[in-house]
Order: sequence, then C-alpha cells, then structure tokens
Amino acid sequence: MKFRDEYRDGAAARRLADAIAHTVTRPWTLMEVCGGQTHAIVRFGIDVLLPSDITLVHGPGCPVCVTPVEYVDKAIEIAELEGVILCSFGDMLRVPGADGDLFAAKSRGADVRVVYSPLDAVVIARANPSRQVVFFAVGFETTAPANAMAAVQARREGLTNFSMLVSHVLVPPAMRAVLEGPGNRVQGFLAAGHVCTIMGLGEYGPIAEQYGVPIVATGFEPLDILEGVYLCIRQLEAGRSAVENQYARAVSPGGNRAAQALMDEVFRVIPRRWRGMGDIPDSGLGLAGGYADFDAERRFGAVATSEDAVGECISGLVLRGERKPPECAAFGVRCTPERPLGVTMVSSEGACAAYFRYRGVTAAVGGTR
Amino acid sequence: MSGEETIQLAHGGGGRAMARLIEDVIRPVFADEELARGHDGAVLGVDGPIAFTTDSYVIRPLVFPGGDIGSLAVNGTVNDLAMCGARPLYMSVGLILEEGLPLSLLRRILASMRAAAAESGVRLVTGDTKVVDRGKADGVFINTAGIGAVVAPALIGPQAVRPGDAVLISGDIGRHGIAVMAARENLGLEMAIESDCAPLAVPVLALIERGIAVRCLRDLTRGGLASAAVEIAETARVSIVLDEAAVPVRDDVASACELLGLDPLHVANEGRFIAIVAPEDASRAVELLRGYPVSANAVLIGLVRAAPTGRGHVSCRGALGVARAIDMLSGEQLPRIC
Amino acid sequence: MCLAVPGRVLDLSGDDPLTRVGRVDFGGVVQEINLAFAPEADVGDYVLVHVGFAIAVIDEVEAARIFAHLDEIGELAEFAGPLGAQP
Repeated sequence: MKFRDEYRDGAAARRLADAIAHTVTRPWTLMEVCGGQTHAIVRFGIDVLLPSDITLVHGPGCPVCVTPVEYVDKAIEIAELEGVILCSFGDMLRVPGADGDLFAAKSRGADVRVVYSPLDAVVIARANPSRQVVFFAVGFETTAPANAMAAVQARREGLTNFSMLVSHVLVPPAMRAVLEGPGNRVQGFLAAGHVCTIMGLGEYGPIAEQYGVPIVATGFEPLDILEGVYLCIRQLEAGRSAVENQYARAVSPGGNRAAQALMDEVFRVIPRRWRGMGDIPDSGLGLAGGYADFDAERRFGAVATSEDAVGECISGLVLRGERKPPECAAFGVRCTPERPLGVTMVSSEGACAAYFRYRGVTAAVGGTR
Repeated sequence: MSGEETIQLAHGGGGRAMARLIEDVIRPVFADEELARGHDGAVLGVDGPIAFTTDSYVIRPLVFPGGDIGSLAVNGTVNDLAMCGARPLYMSVGLILEEGLPLSLLRRILASMRAAAAESGVRLVTGDTKVVDRGKADGVFINTAGIGAVVAPALIGPQAVRPGDAVLISGDIGRHGIAVMAARENLGLEMAIESDCAPLAVPVLALIERGIAVRCLRDLTRGGLASAAVEIAETARVSIVLDEAAVPVRDDVASACELLGLDPLHVANEGRFIAIVAPEDASRAVELLRGYPVSANAVLIGLVRAAPTGRGHVSCRGALGVARAIDMLSGEQLPRIC
Repeated sequence: MCLAVPGRVLDLSGDDPLTRVGRVDFGGVVQEINLAFAPEADVGDYVLVHVGFAIAVIDEVEAARIFAHLDEIGELAEFAGPLGAQP
C-alpha cells in the first residue's frame, strides 16, 4: 500500500533510532497523544528501539477511552427503547457502561448497528422513516467533520427521525490538562497527526510557549513516529519549545478549512467530562443552536453525570501519562481485557490493552535489548 | 417442487412432506449407495485406527464470494480429518432448516456439498433433517461428523512438537474472513477477495506419505493464524516465534484489513493450515506443498523454541525487528475507526 | 485514535460540493469516498480517508521528504561513529 508500506521500513527505522541515540544526552519524557500512535509504538516496538534515556508516555488520545460511562449508559438506554435503531462505530460496542455494553444490549435484542461512516446512519434513517435512528457520535476533531456532515445531510433531507448522541472531545485542552497535572512529567509532545490534519497547528503555539514544551505534529507509521521523536529531542537538547510539523504530507498550518467550516456550523465548544481526567473546560463539542433539534439528549433525556468510580484502577493516571500500564499492580493480574477494571484496558485503543496484547512477552527476538 | 417454494414446518414433521423433501431434494444430490439403502445408520468398514471429528456450521450470510455454508461444511470436515493425519472417508450431515428458507437456496447449498464431497472423495453416507420455526436458525445450520483412516505413522498433535521444529503455512491468510465480513456487513467495498474455502487433505496426505516428519497440523479457522498458533503453543508448552514479513498476506487483503482496522493474523481462513515439522524436513516439505494448487504459496513462517517459564506462548517479529506477543482474539472482531 | 488510510482517486462524480464522491483505490480494494473535505482532489491524487471521508490530499513532495532527511541523518551518524541500540 503506497504511503504506508514505505514508512515501515526496518532499516530506515533503525537509522532514525541511531540518530536519536546520537542526539540525546540526558533523560527526556515525551507524550504521544493519540491512541493510534500508542498502538503503533507498542505493536512495532518503537519504544524498544529508542535509547533508554527516552521515556514515551501515552496520552489520553483515545476518544473511546475517555467517553464517560454515563454516555455509554445513555446509548444503551436509547438502544433498548421500542423502535429505536442505535448506530455506532464498532469501537464503542465493547466499552462497558455501569451495567454491560452495547454488544450485550444487542444480544438482548436491541437494534444496535455498526456503521463505518456517519452517513451510513443517515441512510438507515432514510430507509426506516417510522423508526427513530440515533447515531452515537464519538471522536476527536478528526471525526467531527464527518459527524457534522451527517447532521447536515439529515437536515437537507428534512429527516425528523434522526438524532445524534454527541460525546466529542478536543485534544489541545486535554494536553493543557496533562501539563497542569501535579504529577506531570511530560517535557515534549508528539501531537496527533490526524487531528492536526483537520485543525492545523495554530492551537499548539500558545501551549508550547506557555509551558515551554516542544510540540511536533506527528503521523502514525513507525518512520513518522521516530522522526517525530527525533525532532522533539533535537528541540529539547537545544532548549527550544516550538511547534514543528513532521506530518507535512497531510498537515498544513491552517488545517482543512472546508472541514473546519462544517464543524463551526454544526458544533459549538462546550465543557466536557473526560473519563479518568474529570471536567476540562472548553474541551468538547456539542451541537450548535441551529442543529439542536438533532440532539438525542433533547429527544431522549439528558445524560446524568456522576463521579468516576475509583478502586484499584489507575486509568486516569495512565491517560495523563503519569503511570505506564505495567506499573499498575493490577495489570495482567486482576485486570485483563477479559476482566477489565478500567477503560484503558477495555478499549482496544487504550494503553493498557495495547501493552497487554503486544507485551505479554517483552524480549526482542534475536536482539540485544 | 418448484423453486419459489420454501421450507415449511411440515417438512420436518416425519410425515409425507418430509419424505418427499428427502426423496426429491436431498437424496438425489448425494446419490451414495449407502445413503440410498435408507437405513437409520450406515454400516461401514475401516481398516486400522480411525479419526473421528464433528463440527457445526452456522455462518451468516449463507452464500458468500467463494463458497457457501454447504462447501464450508464439507471442506471443514475433510480438513479436520486431514489435520489428524487421516484420509477422509465418510461424513454424516445433519440439516436444521429454518421455516421459510427458499427451496432454491437449499438446492444450491446441497449442490455445493455434493461438488465438495466429490472433489475430496469423501462419501456422505447418512444424514438427518429437522425444521425449526422461523427465527430459530439463520436459514440453515449444518452439523457434520467425519470418519477418516489414519495414515500418519506417529501421533500428530501438539504433544509431538519440540524446540527447533519449523512452522510452515500453506498459503496467504485472511481471505475468508474479509470476504464474509464484507458480504455480511454491506461495507460498500469493491474487491476481488473471495473465501479461500478449500479441502486440504491432498497436500497433507502427501506430506505424510512422502515421509515428512510432521509433528502437528492445524487448519486455520475462526481466530486466524494467531489462534491456531496460540492453541498449539499453550498445549505443547513451547514458544512459537513467527516472522511477520514471512507470513503471506495478499495486498488487497492487507488493504481491506487496514480499512477495517483488523490484524490479518486474527482474520478467519477456511482453506489454510499450518504444519509443524522436523527442522531437517522443512525445505522439502515446503517444496512438496508448493506442488499442489491449494498450497502453492506454502512458506516457512517461524520456529519453535523452548518456553523458558514452561508457559506456552507465541510472539511475532515485526517490520522493525522487535517482537510482540500474539494472543487469541478476545470476543468478536469488530471494525474500528480508532 | 483516528485510523486514516491512504488511497488513490480513480474517478469523481457529483457537482454539489457537499456530496461530491470519488471511487478510491486502497491497494486493490475500492470504496466510494465523500470528497467534501478535499475539494481540490483530482483523479490520480492520493487522499487520506477516515470514516468514509477524504480528510486531506497527500502532498507527495512532502511525503518523500522524510527519506531525504534520513540520508542527511545517516551521514551525520556515520560521521559521529556507530552508537545506540541495534534491534
């Protein structure tokens, strides 16, 4: 596959790892924000290739992980109503609410359908005029324009049986929240490349300046991540804290204007609670006034919020990058993908799940590390 | 009986309607003299040790690119017997039909079974038919049992696997799972990916008959290569180390997996097997397998090592040379956006 | 977080910018993709696709840049001498 395979070249990766090893003179802690980047790092063993001075911590870049449990509960409640079709991306089906997940609701007879594009939900609404179709709109800025398009299409077609349960979150406020955390150890960021593809780089300048952290917009393939680390380390070693663009084949400084325009029309910025991180102001998206009638919370009741359950689970600390999964006492022992204690193990994008899946065995085959 | 007709509850009632269904639709498709004798059971002879297997087939959709539940059922049974190092001989077929199933679809499925049986030389010698209420079966459920004559000189199974053994695969992975998922989920994908559903007895028996020291065989089904390798490693208490670059995946299958967020190692197959053989026989085994169409892309993909902790596990060396742990899927595979 | 896959635009249809679509080839698998967020996309271009929408046209010049950068880095490393972990 072009524009993917060439970024997985082992020899090139090792050259980048060598370059990083030459550049680094002291320990640094970097955070990669996006769950997709976490996945690539753990799956390809990028952290194993890096010199031990560099610690990669994994950020809250998993919208599935940070969706409050009450939204899952609401989705299940709506799905179980007579005549409702609940549409969702596959990722959300296994996230547990207080009492089971959407997959379980489906096996109990609720009409829950996996969609691959938000427009699929609109198609379903058009095809089932006598039924209420609700789309569970989760995601970061990357998915927001597509979700916005679903609302725009529904409006154009005058559909009265379509609504969206919106639990969108924004990345830059989460990065600020991480940096504000008392236990924060992050010194530089690999920003989420596809979020930047949509939003551009403008939001990161103020963060880099205020907190003195370099921020590199980074892609998702091994060479992207390694180059992102290299650029970040080079800045740190030189005492710089600027915004850089590693992922220039997809990211332009201004981002995707057409996408932003649609987001501005359909959504507005609101405060959001992040599972494991609490309330973060101006960190989410809700439907704007002109589209408020598509809000599932208006049709089916508002989502109640409650405190996060605590217990042994440290997913909040993992999401903030203050702990790594293997540092948790329950990891792999009392907490596994089959019996997860918290959201970072439940979601296949969560850091704990990624470590569990790919690091059951830690030795590099035939290697010296 | 015309093509527009559908299965009714009466067809399972044990009376005339059922007798007509069996006589007119089911039996002619198989035309086996044992079946024609019309007894409750078949009386057969087998020399030497027998392999005995059972399986049920509940796939949705019933028809998919590259096959249907009928060819799946016959090939699946043949393959289970082959994995025991046995020549497939006889099969039973239990049909559970859902009220409302179009007769034309039933005929099509039965014709597939006949063709698959003829291809493998396995005889369908006894069967049963039941009908359940609408909504109680996905159109058709098929249960089979298979009997084969063991030809392998030594017991084939995880217990025979030893450190140093070579792990071979008979061909590229992931076609069946992608083909079925695309057909079932209306993904709107244009692709030429068909199920790899196929009988595997011929190349497997060739390995055995040509004196390859076969330790263990496993056909890849649900859960893909990962599940098969993990099951063997855990039972045999060894470490299996795979080389990702060596595992064949067709470009379009790899692309479909990317699009859906799936790992090809976990995607289902129906016409592929792994063979663990003695290291000195590995090259000869690969060459032998490549002489048969269904295993024309056979290749060495890994090695067996001792498991230091005594707990069996599988790891895979990736593109960057670093190993990652491979486990079975937990739960059903769902496509991701994240 | 956000799975986006690169693919090549085979053809385009539709005049309305919001519903303009293209058939995109992802290494042998073709899917119809909404191009509302990539209005400049043309036949033969590569686009990045997320949940059925093109979110960017891939800049092929920038895409090659990392490999030129690698050559630079490689030279620096050779000059400095071998160091660092080998897998």
